[in-house]
Amino acid sequence: MMSSHALLTFPIAAPLVGLALTTLLWRTPRLQRWTSLTASAAFLWSAIVLLSATMDGTILATQFGSWQAPFGISFVADNLTAAMVLITAIMAVVIAVYQLTDPEESGRPMFHPLYHGLLLGVTGAFMTGDIFNMYVWFEIMLIASFGLLVLGGTKEQLDAGVKYVMLNLVMTTVFLVAVAFLYGATGTLNMADLAHRVPMIENTGLVATLALLFLLAFASKAALFPLFFWLPASYHTASTPVLAIFAALLTKVGVYAIVRCFTLIFPVTEGLSTIIGTIAALTMITGVLGAASHFDIRKILSFHIISQIGYMLVGVALATPLALAGSVLYIVHHIIVKANLFLIGGVIKRKSGSYQLKQIGGLHRTAPFLAILFCIPALSLAGLPPLSGFWAKYLVVKPSLDVGSWYLAATALIVGVLTLYSMLKIWNEAFWKTPVMAAPAPESTGSFKAQYAAIIVLSAITLCIGLNPEPFVAFSVESANQLTDSSRYINAVLGGSNAPN
Amino acid sequence: MEPLYIITIGVMAGVAAYLLMSRNVLRMVLGLLLLGNAANLTIFVAGRMGSNLPPLVSAGETTIAISANPLPQALILTAIVISFSLVAFTVVLLHKTWQRLQIVDTEKMREAEPVESTHTVDGSEARQ
Repeated sequence: MMSSHALLTFPIAAPLVGLALTTLLWRTPRLQRWTSLTASAAFLWSAIVLLSATMDGTILATQFGSWQAPFGISFVADNLTAAMVLITAIMAVVIAVYQLTDPEESGRPMFHPLYHGLLLGVTGAFMTGDIFNMYVWFEIMLIASFGLLVLGGTKEQLDAGVKYVMLNLVMTTVFLVAVAFLYGATGTLNMADLAHRVPMIENTGLVATLALLFLLAFASKAALFPLFFWLPASYHTASTPVLAIFAALLTKVGVYAIVRCFTLIFPVTEGLSTIIGTIAALTMITGVLGAASHFDIRKILSFHIISQIGYMLVGVALATPLALAGSVLYIVHHIIVKANLFLIGGVIKRKSGSYQLKQIGGLHRTAPFLAILFCIPALSLAGLPPLSGFWAKYLVVKPSLDVGSWYLAATALIVGVLTLYSMLKIWNEAFWKTPVMAAPAPESTGSFKAQYAAIIVLSAITLCIGLNPEPFVAFSVESANQLTDSSRYINAVLGGSNAPN
Repeated sequence: MEPLYIITIGVMAGVAAYLLMSRNVLRMVLGLLLLGNAANLTIFVAGRMGSNLPPLVSAGETTIAISANPLPQALILTAIVISFSLVAFTVVLLHKTWQRLQIVDTEKMREAEPVESTHTVDGSEARQ
């Protein structure tokens, strides 16, 4: 049995070593690819070990530099964190595999170091127990994502990059200011200590202002209504592996931060619940309507990211244990399904030469296996039983009805139907209809093996959650119990003595 | 001392907002820089400005009764380094963008989202 210090350090160390090694292997592309895959595999191993250590409900915590909490920087792993780290690691391996036969990023040695940099930032943001440290991990994640987005250097990417960079930099500065005000109000940055001190602030107006500042900062990271502009403006210009890892992880870090902050530091009150609930409903609707209006596969899927984020927020708004369990399950389900759809989109592009649905068609004949693979994540995204999306949506709708929040339940169901509509649009246009006369030529005839392997693995996970939901639901409920009973988190970090000086 | 700092922060943030709302990307970078520094000053003031004694433990004692707060300095230093690197990246990105597109006006940057695509459902038709 490893010490909690080792358990909490390995998931950070693996991508960091991967970053260093892939930078050194700059001039040997083949070796660099395999090193990148090995580092991702090591990351996956450390994430599995971390999850198995927290499975029984223990919350691991460690203090870097052995400075006693709340003075040093704490790293904490409860069920939610361990699950997020594991899902990040699964995506890391799958996309590294996909990338082996994907021609888009070959010949760009900078891809792998930035890729591991992104994983490093994301994992750090999930594991840290210090709000300022979270800001630092956010920045590591951002600078890596900036690099990945504009790696191709095309006109489109540079244009998208300018907007993405500007909006994100302004919003992280808002995050920094929010951290400054919170520090001014409480005198601490440790999240467990904050959970203990924020309720002691007598000025409730100040607490509400702080909560909204954090909501503003995280909402733009999570692409919530009305702060989602940067996402559809930029995502569709990136290459498939970059797009898949962005879709899987970037917005989810924002969602994770919201879940963590609004269960631990600012428990959701009546007014806050209404605000978050309204934002969630509007996010679902605008996202799905945006998707319905587009005919570019990448744009449709990008808008769906926004729409799905709304579902994850319902649990935060309702703040009941079952609703939060729904959020946790939804995040896990969504990451797998969404990344899978983007990976399939990449194969469609390679097979048919275009992302524009109007220009392609007939793939059910030329690529029947891909058509079957497409159905699994597409129907799961729409929430059809027996796939993972059904159980995730069930855990969103049921708690909404339990607390009488019918408008959230209704929105979730209607948006589910509209999601099915745009998935059917991709199906009809790309797979079913006869190809148009002037269809573009397929791009390359090289091997698709690794790309298919990646897609099959993700589809298998979706089926696995869908057909055997019991352990996943039980795990989500246990995570939600930890989230709603914040004293467990506080005790794990501060070691029982709630009021150190 | 605080009111002076607070007014300064307000003015800086206001100027930054004005610059960020400009359509010229170069002004926007300057706005980002100012906004970052306004945030840094906010951290400084949030850490309280009581004593100006250095936070050193004098010989023979184990604690200090009164001193300046060293934590905001550490936070600001981190934030300065991060904001510097991000602004450096932004400047390079904008330079590259200017080289490729010959545009500094954000309203005219429509490569990623062509204007026509909002009127016709199909972005590809619009480009023809």
